[in-house]
Amino acid sequence: MGSFVSYLVSGLAFGCSFALLGSGFVAIHRVTRVVNFAQGTFAVVAGLAAGSLLGDGLPHGLAEVVAILVAGVVGLAIGVVAVGKRGTPTLASLVITLGLGILAYAVEIMIWGDQPSSYPMVRGSVHVAGATVQKQYFVVIGAAIVVFLALGLFFAKTYLGKALSACASNPYAARLVGIDPVRMGILAFALGGLLGGLAGVLVTPLQPVSFDSDVALATNGFAAAIFGGLNKPSAALVGGLVLGVVEAMVAGYVNASYQTEVALALMLAVMIWQARKRTSLTEEVA
Amino acid sequence: MLSVVDLVVEYGHATALDGVSLDIQPGEMVALVGPNGAGKSTLVNTLSGVLRPSAGSVRLDGRIAQVPEGRQLFPDLSVADNLRLGAWGSRRGRLASGRSRRDPSRVYDVLPELSSISAQLAGTLSGGQQQMVAVGRALMADPDLLAVDELSLGLAPIVVATLARHLQQLNAEHGTAVLLIEQNARLAFDLCERGYVLENGRITAQGPCAELAESPQVARAYLGGLVPGEEQA
Repeated sequence: MGSFVSYLVSGLAFGCSFALLGSGFVAIHRVTRVVNFAQGTFAVVAGLAAGSLLGDGLPHGLAEVVAILVAGVVGLAIGVVAVGKRGTPTLASLVITLGLGILAYAVEIMIWGDQPSSYPMVRGSVHVAGATVQKQYFVVIGAAIVVFLALGLFFAKTYLGKALSACASNPYAARLVGIDPVRMGILAFALGGLLGGLAGVLVTPLQPVSFDSDVALATNGFAAAIFGGLNKPSAALVGGLVLGVVEAMVAGYVNASYQTEVALALMLAVMIWQARKRTSLTEEVA
Repeated sequence: MLSVVDLVVEYGHATALDGVSLDIQPGEMVALVGPNGAGKSTLVNTLSGVLRPSAGSVRLDGRIAQVPEGRQLFPDLSVADNLRLGAWGSRRGRLASGRSRRDPSRVYDVLPELSSISAQLAGTLSGGQQQMVAVGRALMADPDLLAVDELSLGLAPIVVATLARHLQQLNAEHGTAVLLIEQNARLAFDLCERGYVLENGRITAQGPCAELAESPQVARAYLGGLVPGEEQA
């Protein structure tokens, strides 16, 4: 029982970080239709930047916030290059994000080296139902809950959030009322950067990150996002939690090295299911 | 208030508008009729800045807002949110009435039917209701000129009559100029004082709507061949 609770809590915590990364994918894809291959980069940049800033003596809280903002700026910069020119084909933007993600490897190695790095955020552990659970897990879960509530309020209640939703819903109509889809696309990239950055600073104390951790992080984030067809942040949350818990159970009861395979298998299964659903709908219409 | 001179718009090598000139005075209701593919929607998209002309000039004193062909709402957002976003380009602040520029209830005075459906998702509405939301959304921009592209398309005559009455009321009470782009020439000529006929990207006829309706060429092409003189004979 103790092990199960321990796996469950750690799975939920990692699932929350996947969901945050996944919601970054969703925020960008909804507005621009671009799958951002550099999404994992935001988490890596923020994780490594937070470690550096803490090492330089910045207090906890401030260091993490600055690191998340750095990831947001990186997101903005990638957005400017990938979607900043009106009329850039979606496929070209996708390839640009892939190229910039690889370029980021060189920049990250130059700044932080090629060794994995981590830092403690909240030390200690608590006992829950016979299991010893790190407090950091609860920090991750709590932060994710707050951010997802804030995201929900942002899209449902604010004028800017509605304008972003409008771009996702009908870009032509958005242009007609004066909303600039290019600006909104760049803004979505910045938001994706902030969300990815938050995932990075939360997950780095749990597992060290290095310049090439982006692939594993992005794979899990994408698998979470694909649950809602890359268009629903709430589905990304559910997807992330399911994925996190399944991976934790597989790691705990089977073998930890199968974690990424679980994510890939789950992602494939969801994509096949969604493709079948679309095909049957098309047949019904025909 | 609107002066278009020798406007040319091209899509690659295809010329959609070829030397179009027209003008609209403040408070006027002007019809633009023509068949499918004549360049009507290209013209209105150029007037509202969505398309850029290759040559010619567009001079506009005031604001233009467009009711696009096919309504083009935000289906996942509520009617009220669709309306609010219509004021996106306007500067923030309040009107003399004390109401916010983004307050959707501003347009309920002109289109009272929208008040009762304000919380509904736009994608769940009937075609007529959607057209009314599209008109309301354009009005949120406080336009001096409202360009309405295919008001009647796919709508029942009784719904079109209601929408037409609202447009006339808007024009008469608020002085908003209206450019009515229509395939339904009879409706356009009934509502407007002056009109233009656009064919293959060129203006082929213009003048008072009453005269256009009596022109055998226009009547045969757009009014089912019913030329008033011939009708009596």
